Amino acid sequence: MDMQVSLLDRLFDAGLLIETGVDGLYGRSGQFEDVIAGFERLIDRFGGADGAEAIRFPPGMNRAFFEKSGYMKSFPQLAGTVHSFCGCELDHISLLKCMDEDGDWTEGQKATDIVLTPAACYPLYPTIARRGKVAQTGALYDLQSYCFRHEPSKDPARQQLFRMREYVCVGTQEHVTDFRQSWMDRGLKMMELVGLDVEIDVANDPFFGRAGRMLANNQRDQNLKFELLIPVTSSAKPTACMSFNYHQDAFGAKWELALEDGSVAHTACVGFGLERIALALFAHHGLDVKQWPEHVRTALWG
Amino acid sequence: MNETIRGLLVKFGNLPVSVDQLQDDSDLYTAGLSSFASVQVMLGIEEAFDVEFPDTMLNRRSFASIAAIEGCVRLLTDREAA
Repeated sequence: MDMQVSLLDRLFDAGLLIETGVDGLYGRSGQFEDVIAGFERLIDRFGGADGAEAIRFPPGMNRAFFEKSGYMKSFPQLAGTVHSFCGCELDHISLLKCMDEDGDWTEGQKATDIVLTPAACYPLYPTIARRGKVAQTGALYDLQSYCFRHEPSKDPARQQLFRMREYVCVGTQEHVTDFRQSWMDRGLKMMELVGLDVEIDVANDPFFGRAGRMLANNQRDQNLKFELLIPVTSSAKPTACMSFNYHQDAFGAKWELALEDGSVAHTACVGFGLERIALALFAHHGLDVKQWPEHVRTALWG
Repeated sequence: MNETIRGLLVKFGNLPVSVDQLQDDSDLYTAGLSSFASVQVMLGIEEAFDVEFPDTMLNRRSFASIAAIEGCVRLLTDREAA
């Protein structure tokens, strides 16, 4: 814990992250963003020739799609909904009075049609489902979005609003599991280029409650999720900086995503935690990027 | 016990096949039991038999067949009795 606070304090002191008064909600300096931009270009160098369709959604998604996704079944503790004042002028007066008196003015806020995006790929599935059948040879998408997860923490690698870059593959089981394996290989090569020690291990999502423990065990038993781990604040508990997920036909069935032959599409995704990768680089190579090894600087900035 | 378990599979299993057609050792996942449905069945069994599955039994193997579920329930009810 001390080590976590100390890395966060050092990042604040160096001006790389900017405090907002809320744990896990930080501003980023130009230098910090430059590292992320450099790493995203490295991602492009590895994945750019695969012909993915690039789509950028804002960090909010359609609440109806969010509800259908089943996210609340698995991760109710992480979700963030957008609420707004929807009252009349009298309600406004009550609202201001309540705020003046330090009351809970948020009680009257009403849910809007927008939910904060929990993972970059969540808005994708309903979008492509509307387009009709997916080619038998599969489809590939390139996404990046700020994502929200309600888990306040002093660990700079566990932020509440952070960016996730993703490639999502839709196709047959064989096609999407090959895609996932190829990105595990690429992930290792990319991290070697930027001088980071990594390991890949089987993992599970943070499912809620006791029922969630069973879902987590099932996920591990079936090797559905792997993570690429890099020491950031602790070498004993390295941080997941990439994840490699095979969803079987769960999203395909949920969103009626079919291949040309009528079979339910399987999906897989590879996700990059962009802030976490930047933090791993700062933690490993130091807070001054000018002092980073030349080969790392070349990999990021050419 | 077997009938109660079959009843819970009908209620919570959301299976595309009839539970009556399943043998005690039929693979429930092959029969279409989803991860979420197996959790519902687990919670139903806990209530019906007044038992609590320990973490070590919260896995796919425990719900792989009617016989496997029966084995778990027997183990848990024996434990309660002991």
